[in-house]
Amino acid sequence: MKVLYFSWLREKVGTAEEDLSPPEDVGTAGQLIAWLRTRGDNYADALADMATVRIAVNQEYVQLDHPVKAGDEVALFPPVTGG
Amino acid sequence: MVVRVQEEDFDIGTELSSLTTGKHGIGGVCLFVGLVREMAGDETISSMTLEHYPGMTEKELIRIEDEARSRWNLEETLIIHRCGKLAPGDQIVMVAACSAHRGNAFEAARFLMDFLKTKAPFWKLEDTGKGSQWVDARDSDDTAAARWEKG
Repeated sequence: MKVLYFSWLREKVGTAEEDLSPPEDVGTAGQLIAWLRTRGDNYADALADMATVRIAVNQEYVQLDHPVKAGDEVALFPPVTGG
Repeated sequence: MVVRVQEEDFDIGTELSSLTTGKHGIGGVCLFVGLVREMAGDETISSMTLEHYPGMTEKELIRIEDEARSRWNLEETLIIHRCGKLAPGDQIVMVAACSAHRGNAFEAARFLMDFLKTKAPFWKLEDTGKGSQWVDARDSDDTAAARWEKG
């Protein structure tokens, strides 16, 4: 699974992109985020407040209950500020 | 339909004429251009850097254009958004909606901007010379986009 981070989430986590193999019991975006938080203080800090985190799976916005699986591209980023 | 994300500047006249040339069903074009503002709160910015999500950003802009076309009878639409490092006064975004009559063009152009601001994955980093800061999303942008939610 490829996980991408953007904007200040990228800065806080410390990487733009990583290939991860989460445990088998990680089946949703919410479970993935809960697992990521256990990987270090940088993740726990970046993902502390879900009100400031948006999730996309395979380049489409999803909610926390959306399934994730091996091979997916999951992106985590703050609310967007273009225009 | 035109959707582009690019570092280079764009020329409004060139874009407009390539959008409308030969399309004589168009009776009105509503065009919006966004510029980099020099003030961020009380601070003057020296530059602004636009980050985006290559792939998803373009897909999301196409989705927004599709949605506009499903709501209004449009002859053409255009969204050009710049990325990378920009200076105050630089053009950052251009949106155009072309239709037979002005009403659809005005409404669709506003819709395109309102949705772009809340859906398209772009993030602004402002540099004031003293340091840089990510721009926070604004509640007023959510309110503007929510106006278009189908009730």
